[in-house]
Amino acid sequence: MKELTYRQMGLLDEEYQQIKTILGREPNYLETGMFAVMWSEHCGYKNSRPLLKNFPTEGPQVIQGPGENAGVVDIGDNQALVFKIESHNHPCAIEPYQGAATGVGGIVRDIFTMGARPIALLNSLRFGDLQDPRVRQLFRGVVAGIAGYGNCLGIPTVGGEVYFHSSYQENPLVNAMCVGLVNQDEIALAVVEEVGSPIMLVGAKTGRDGIHGATFASEELSESSAEKRPSVQVGDPFMEKLLIEACLELIQEDLVAGMQDLGAAGLTSSIAETASKKGLGVMVDVSKVPRREEGMTPYEIMLSESQERMLIVPRSGKEDRIAEIFDKWGLDAVVIGKVTGDGLFKVYEGEVLVGEVPVAALTEGCPVYVRQGIEPPYYKELQAYDINTLPGYDPQEALLKLLASPNIASKKWVYRQYDYQVMTNTAIVPGDGDAAVLRIKDTIKGVALTTDCNSRMVYLDPYRGGKLAVCEAARNLACCGARPLALTNCLNFGNPEKPYIYWQMQNAIRGMADAARALNTPVVSGNVSLYNESKSVGVLPTPVVGMVGLLQDISQRCTMSFKDEGDIIVLLGRVRTELGGSEYLAVCHGIEAGEVPDPDLQEEIQLIELLLELCRRRLIKSAHDISEGGLAVTLAESAIKGRLGFTVDLPGTSDQAAQILFSEAPTRVAVSLAAKNLDTVKSIVSQYQLPLTVLGRVGGRRLVIGRSDHMLIDLDLEQAAHTWGEVLACIMK
Amino acid sequence: MKFGVVVFPGSNCDADCYHVIKHVAQQNVEYIWHKQDDVKGFDALILPGGFSYGDYLRTGAIARFSPIMPAVIEFAQRGGPVIGICNGFQILLEAGLLPGAMLRNRSLTFICDTVNLRVNRADTMFTNQYVKDQVLQIPIAHGEGNYYCDGETLKRLQDKQQIIFTYCDTEGRETAEVNPNGSVANIAGIINERGNVLGMMPHPERRSEPILGGSDGLDIFLSMIEWRQGVSMR
Repeated sequence: MKELTYRQMGLLDEEYQQIKTILGREPNYLETGMFAVMWSEHCGYKNSRPLLKNFPTEGPQVIQGPGENAGVVDIGDNQALVFKIESHNHPCAIEPYQGAATGVGGIVRDIFTMGARPIALLNSLRFGDLQDPRVRQLFRGVVAGIAGYGNCLGIPTVGGEVYFHSSYQENPLVNAMCVGLVNQDEIALAVVEEVGSPIMLVGAKTGRDGIHGATFASEELSESSAEKRPSVQVGDPFMEKLLIEACLELIQEDLVAGMQDLGAAGLTSSIAETASKKGLGVMVDVSKVPRREEGMTPYEIMLSESQERMLIVPRSGKEDRIAEIFDKWGLDAVVIGKVTGDGLFKVYEGEVLVGEVPVAALTEGCPVYVRQGIEPPYYKELQAYDINTLPGYDPQEALLKLLASPNIASKKWVYRQYDYQVMTNTAIVPGDGDAAVLRIKDTIKGVALTTDCNSRMVYLDPYRGGKLAVCEAARNLACCGARPLALTNCLNFGNPEKPYIYWQMQNAIRGMADAARALNTPVVSGNVSLYNESKSVGVLPTPVVGMVGLLQDISQRCTMSFKDEGDIIVLLGRVRTELGGSEYLAVCHGIEAGEVPDPDLQEEIQLIELLLELCRRRLIKSAHDISEGGLAVTLAESAIKGRLGFTVDLPGTSDQAAQILFSEAPTRVAVSLAAKNLDTVKSIVSQYQLPLTVLGRVGGRRLVIGRSDHMLIDLDLEQAAHTWGEVLACIMK
Repeated sequence: MKFGVVVFPGSNCDADCYHVIKHVAQQNVEYIWHKQDDVKGFDALILPGGFSYGDYLRTGAIARFSPIMPAVIEFAQRGGPVIGICNGFQILLEAGLLPGAMLRNRSLTFICDTVNLRVNRADTMFTNQYVKDQVLQIPIAHGEGNYYCDGETLKRLQDKQQIIFTYCDTEGRETAEVNPNGSVANIAGIINERGNVLGMMPHPERRSEPILGGSDGLDIFLSMIEWRQGVSMR
């Protein structure tokens, strides 16, 4: 391997000077590499840390907030959910299958490292325009990679989202979320206290793959990125499956003092993190590390991101039992070093000391940059767009066009490739509800899970867009009857060194934080992915929210499909007309502009509480929130999923028909209910001080939306279902 | 009745089968680790779904060399009931307990869905709780479920009525359109000539409780229990 300069490793001149000051000498090649990966944005959060402080992270439901491998929330009965979302964007741009597969592998390790049994996977994906064959290849590869890895592990992939926009053409976003279930008294934290404890490495052998992956993730993609293919790791889900089972056995028998997965920056990062929490030191002998090939240097061994490896610090005296369990699962575990008391990270190759740096310098010592954001000129320009200048558009044609938009059309082509039923817990499967719902065996509880972000809204107005993402996630859970508990986020942005991009980050984070605080859904874990650019243009800012919620009684769950002829369709929330940032503007008019509708957080809270009460009292038969495509698409989807048409009398005035049909303004849900319950529902809704509009009735084989004087939409249900259902499969054929 | 669920490294539906037998069908059940070499004391064996040994070579191809397999084969040859689900079916084919082989799905992608299955015989130890030609809804989840056999084998399967489950539409018609993976003659599950070894790609354990959308799959396990009771009464 050709030697790199510190600049090629991603260090700035001033950072290199700082390292020299810390060490009191020039760092050698290995030490420079260790600093470079630990001080990368991916590991050190040097650009984002000051902003992340804005997030609320506490609440009575929070057992573990940010700072561990994943966040933990209480779901009662001594049980807890462990969850986190993480990006694997840059590897997927280069090698979509392995990039996505190892993204899943990494997030799953974060969860079982905490002692939790992984019970669900979700994802959030962004690609460019599907007309481009390269984009289709990326899309196909990423979906197959997620499926290939998750299916083999036997963890159901139960939810997610996929959007397409030209800004992601060369830089797709691939965020994977994992949720685990753990007994509260079995939560494992990576805390090592005992000096002299051995450090064991278990799982796959270490190879030359993924060296400097963390650095690669912290720079812009360029023409030469393909040359970085060796920075992409290769996944082995079978090995991971064995690791899960073996590590959970260790935890059940209480054999480990500390456990840490090897992710970005490999051994360097996991060892440093294990030792840093208690100010301890560590010594490691790279010659003990099982390797895939001859002649690997200490530098390569310490920086390799080979997958499916775990670091384990045994409880004293338990080494033999640990070895027995690993042997049962056919895994090799070797002692590669030990915990020391001197606060130093010493790397040996046999007897020879080849690197020595203070642990704290690698972790807490990572520099922090508080940058200055500048409002980009596009912000006011696009906000100022006057919706009244829009030409007319036939509403029926618009609805068909929206149903055929890959952003709105059924994602069955995607989720059909994921095993979403294994573990036999999935009570609301993908496509059936606004969120996925899983039962918790041996209880009557359920958990609801979702990922959400409308990045076009975030681009147009980062503050409001950030708020919208949190509100939509919470609303989606409530539509299924679940109380939102907490969230994890994956902040995907462009290059933070650019003031306009930094401004997007600042404001999106502020919006998310405000909403998370108001809705009592603290941020318990997360990940930041910056430098998502290609040809020097940033992707749409995409702060993805992954949220979990709880149903005390899973029999109260609610899906989105219409259920029975004659049921009444009701809009909960205001009739709204804002079209800014809508899919309608983009798809039918080719416009991405307008004022982003502002979510009223108090109103959102009321709506969530209302939905929970309606589900609890079993008064509604379906609930589907109004989001991409507006009211018309919401109703069409409930009809298609229920195989039942509807007749709706549109409120508002005639000249506002398009706005009312296609506005994506938040805090609104379309529900269906038995006619006999209408009066009860009305009185409950009024207690929450929310408006209610009776829209029409479920029934027939047509989607009919009109006003007393004028028919707007009269569409055959089968035609709508076919358009919505088959678009993605047709494009991907 | 005591069921054994064989656990290979990489099995991932073992816990699901265990759950249904123990908590839904309320029978005795134990895991059998693949390194064991006998199956004494079990009345029926389940080879569960998953990716045994990662399925890196060919589905089921390595699992059949597992230490437990000679005991499974002997158990089957003595007439003991063996059901292989998904990867378990693939292992039964590789082990020669059932004829034929698996190809990759026609779409070349993994498919997870709920499909209609026709019950072609209701007089076996696995299907006595159904009526003939009943249409079931059972989930599938596989990348290699495209069952293949040569013409001669197919004719024998048909002549001996060994094709137990076929992919069909809601009316029970076996059309090419509803065949999810391209399998020969819409085959979803077959039985051996003696009638005690069933291999099927769909997952009955995923459709054994109302909360998961229905209980169509449970009757396979209840059939086995019913059959066993009949045997012990004789």
